[in-house]
Amino acid sequence: MTQLPPPSDVKLGLVIDLDTCVGCHACVTACKGWNTENYGAPLSDTDPYGAEPSGTFLNRIHSYEVQPEDGAAQLVHFPKSCLHCEDAPCVTVCPTGASYKRAEDGIVLVNESACIGCGLCAWACPYGAREKDPAEGVMKKCTLCVDRIYNENLPEEDRVPACVRTCPAGARHFGDLGDPGSDVSRLVAERGGIDLMPEQGTKPVNQYLPPRPKDTDLDVLAPLLAPVAETPQGFLGWLDKTLSKLPGSAQ
Amino acid sequence: MHPAPSIILFSTLSGLGFGLLAFLGVGAPAPMGRIALVFYAIGFTLAVGGLISSTFHLGRPERAWRAFTQWRTSWLSREGCIAVAALMVMGLTAIAQIFFGTRLPFLGWIGAALCLATVFSTSMIYASLRTVPRWHDPTTPALFLGWSIAGGALLAAHTVLAGGLLLVALVIQIVHWLRGDSALRRSGTTLATATGLTGGALRSFEPPHTGGNYLTHEMVFQIGRKHARNLRIIGAALAGALPAGLLLLAPAGHVTAGLAVLSHLAGLVVTRWLFFAEAEHVVGLYYGAHQGKTA
Repeated sequence: MTQLPPPSDVKLGLVIDLDTCVGCHACVTACKGWNTENYGAPLSDTDPYGAEPSGTFLNRIHSYEVQPEDGAAQLVHFPKSCLHCEDAPCVTVCPTGASYKRAEDGIVLVNESACIGCGLCAWACPYGAREKDPAEGVMKKCTLCVDRIYNENLPEEDRVPACVRTCPAGARHFGDLGDPGSDVSRLVAERGGIDLMPEQGTKPVNQYLPPRPKDTDLDVLAPLLAPVAETPQGFLGWLDKTLSKLPGSAQ
Repeated sequence: MHPAPSIILFSTLSGLGFGLLAFLGVGAPAPMGRIALVFYAIGFTLAVGGLISSTFHLGRPERAWRAFTQWRTSWLSREGCIAVAALMVMGLTAIAQIFFGTRLPFLGWIGAALCLATVFSTSMIYASLRTVPRWHDPTTPALFLGWSIAGGALLAAHTVLAGGLLLVALVIQIVHWLRGDSALRRSGTTLATATGLTGGALRSFEPPHTGGNYLTHEMVFQIGRKHARNLRIIGAALAGALPAGLLLLAPAGHVTAGLAVLSHLAGLVVTRWLFFAEAEHVVGLYYGAHQGKTA
């Protein structure tokens, strides 16, 4: 059914820390690895070793440059996957009922055996979270690793999405954003987590933690590393003087 | 947005076909026998041909029947359901007129309403998408209905009425273009709202991958914008101005009408191609596109 269920109490989602992400793409690789081998059709690649490689990914990392009025530019790595919106426009536009939002935990999924690959859900998503797989002809999207998080065959520490489990920087957090007391909700409250494109009215569950202001006095060791001798002495001094005497040399 | 040929064909042909069927439904004209066969054959060929061509862009066309199930929320599903209902009702009026030489006015009016409702549903597929501000506008349904009714009048051989309706549709088209040009700016979506990043000038430093992907092929399509101005003039002239001029000023006849239909069809394909090629999807902002068009 493509009618959205009433808002669930449990809202599983991700909190992504833009201050911590180093842009290593480990989450991209882990996501593609897990989701190619598990839930649904594999994520295909087109022309992977050719001139124009392209492929289906459920998670992509952009990089943006913020240039303040004065001071150095800052580079922000920006992971982007499905935000499991409360008011998910991708679900209601689906003509077949293949797209749905789970009533129990709010995860947005695609029933691939009912998907006709019309692409309308991808058009309706402002975040580019859905990609039609060219080999399978059906829509693929982040499942929040629904086949890991409830999987009792896995050790408990692995029952989180593959991207969260693999992130070496600890920039990705998984939890219940519907529970104000959960670790992720407290993190969002402390760090001022934000919605992406709030004006689109999608009410995303996933939250982004903005980069923290950088220290202005970055280089505390610099004074200790100042050059000891401004003018060369001894052999180097003799060399400098001699070379300077040559015609055409810099004085 | 990527202008898929199957979608452009579908929306132009079926729009014309349903427009003609709507006129046949209200009995203007009300042909009987063989002439009715010709009129209905043109209407059904355009409408059904368009609908069939729309399945060519599906990844899994064999499951297309499932698209009739979600009419509660999906305009695409509603379009499919209403189109089938319209074709069935108009099929009955066609049989009555072709084989029994009688009109079924009550069914005809219902069929005409369903035909226009189909065109309206098609337009709402686009107009309901907030992600494409150029489409998310009341002028989108007005545009689709305007061209459909004008084209229907043209095919139904209403010379003067068709000339007037074409000019009305042309005005709607121009308003749609003008409003569309500022739509992304008015929507308020920018790279800053997309990323939540503040504190300075923002630019896309690096895309996620060196190659393209489904999103960049489908949603960040840029071709056509280079020639958009000229294409708009060509489209407006061929779809509206030239056929209207022919119908209103040239001596009436099959040659005049035929030229008007051909010109209208060619112009409609151009304007419908622009409808897609010029549409800016907000996901393009993440890829550094549409800069200078946002607030």
